[in-house]
Amino acid sequence: MDPMIRLILAQGMLGLNNGVFYAMLSLGLAVIFGLLNVVNFAHGALYMLGAFLALILYSYAGAWVGLDALHIGFWPALIIAPLLVACFGMLIERFMLRRLYKLDPIYSLLLTFGVTLVLQGLFINFFNASGTPYPGMPESLRGVVNLGFMMFPKYRLFVIIFSIVVCFVVWYMIERTRIGSRLRAGTENPELVKAFGINVPLMVMLTFGFGTGLAGLAGVLAAPIYSVSPLMGANLIIVIFAVVVIGGMGSIAGAVVTGFSLGLVEGITKVFYAPAANTVIFLLMVIILLVRPNGLFGRQG
Amino acid sequence: MSNTTTDIGEFEENTGEPEHRTRSRIWQGIFWVALIGFLLIAPALLYPVFVMQLLCFALFAAAFNLLIGFTGLLSFGHAAFFGGAAYIAGHALKVWGFPPLLGIATGTLFAAALGWAVGSLAIRRQGIYFAMITLALAQIVYFLVLQLPFTGGEDGLQGIPRGHLLGFIDLNQPLAMYYTVAAIFLIGFLVIYRIIHSPFGQVLQAIRENEPRALSLGYNVDRFKLLAFVLSAALAGLAGSTKALVFQFASLTDAHWQMSGEVILMTLLGGMGTIFGPVVGSFIVVALQHALSGIGSWVQVVIGGTFIACVLLFRRGIVGELARLLKINSL
Repeated sequence: MDPMIRLILAQGMLGLNNGVFYAMLSLGLAVIFGLLNVVNFAHGALYMLGAFLALILYSYAGAWVGLDALHIGFWPALIIAPLLVACFGMLIERFMLRRLYKLDPIYSLLLTFGVTLVLQGLFINFFNASGTPYPGMPESLRGVVNLGFMMFPKYRLFVIIFSIVVCFVVWYMIERTRIGSRLRAGTENPELVKAFGINVPLMVMLTFGFGTGLAGLAGVLAAPIYSVSPLMGANLIIVIFAVVVIGGMGSIAGAVVTGFSLGLVEGITKVFYAPAANTVIFLLMVIILLVRPNGLFGRQG
Repeated sequence: MSNTTTDIGEFEENTGEPEHRTRSRIWQGIFWVALIGFLLIAPALLYPVFVMQLLCFALFAAAFNLLIGFTGLLSFGHAAFFGGAAYIAGHALKVWGFPPLLGIATGTLFAAALGWAVGSLAIRRQGIYFAMITLALAQIVYFLVLQLPFTGGEDGLQGIPRGHLLGFIDLNQPLAMYYTVAAIFLIGFLVIYRIIHSPFGQVLQAIRENEPRALSLGYNVDRFKLLAFVLSAALAGLAGSTKALVFQFASLTDAHWQMSGEVILMTLLGGMGTIFGPVVGSFIVVALQHALSGIGSWVQVVIGGTFIACVLLFRRGIVGELARLLKINSL
């Protein structure tokens, strides 16, 4: 195989790997925005929280209950951490965000920005600001697989496949099931849905929990790849915002597709001009704003 | 502005009775006297460098307020103008050997140009998207500052000379520097005050209250928004350039998104859409940061907590609440 093509494929795979996190986070943002009209700035911080919970479950939780030898591993963490993040998200929704729905959406953006600073500050105080590696990668996912054009870490391949499945399930749930249709109806006309006897405030709380849980899940998946650091979410959320501006928050599928493709674009940019890799998504956003101001999948207005 | 408007929500305006207006003027006068009095005697009471820092941030917040408070646009990227101007002014002063005022003017002009570029992109989308776009565009500026060869990367731009004002006043004298900064602040603040009270400023407030109506009245809303954005960016740049001259360095912190967040907090805490709110808010935030500097990154937790408290408990901010207690409409 031509070495150039090989290089592009290899960087594309690594880019796709980042795309996983863009897709899962912008998916959660889109779900929340769809029903609550809230842009959750804390999404990055909740992703960080998910990663830290995985780390804590493995390295500290056992010692806290007096069982030094107990390490709660990756697989249990993949379920426990997102649930805990979702609960935290629901508390924020129930006690803070709920008071702001009648106001301009900038207030909920500012509130979640405050939550971000608090979470980030707390973790910088209790953990190392420069990051801690996650030691709990399962034995079965260690090692590499031969993709023909490169040796790819097994774990990263697992993350790509797993997240595609998650995104598909979420899309299917929202677009093709009864729960999803209620949710979409709640977005369109909450008063009418209330009249049908559906508990809209509860639905809103669960939706927010679900969206934030997705962020927590992405965090657990990220823990074995990147080092777990208090700032891992803050830098990501700004990229996610650009992704969301490019894709538009109107469509679930749009958010996912945009996320994966932008990861790919970013990876391939590394081949041609590495210094531009961390700004290419922002530059694409500029181009999109010039030629298609409402975003690729955006609705008018 | 007529008092028949009904859909005005948060920002209640009531300019009916003349008695009301007089009371408003009296209180504004008291605030002006207090502010100018503070500017004159502050160096006798407080450490001048600290007061100069207060004033730079107060001007930054007042410039930001022009946008959020009087046009209704939330920019999440104002650090780009503040920090970007600090670097350009610093470079002009240090490498090109510009005199102090010309250096500051260069930084300010750069911020205005950057504001034009960012603003014309961001106003293509509305509401919450506007905030996200400005944040993302400011991140490009941050990466540029980090990577361009002249900025000193992680170390920042150091050793910026203060030089001589108008060729003969040595700015290395603390008091000379102080009164120069106080004058720059006052001029910037007066410019903002004039903008708010001009017919242009009235149109901005109409856009804030009801954009479709302003549009249907025949105003070119986008042009007004863009001009407001450029003015706000330029004044933020004036504050950033002045800060670079005072502290003799420009650092990455000045251009970081967290700085954009801090200026929002200063304005929110003091009172969005009030005249003196941003000054009060920035004084409190800067003083808080100084007082808490011993507890390390707990400061961030306190700042975040203040944010949450402001949004949940007093969205009018300190000066806004005061104005409500005094039953006046603008302070």
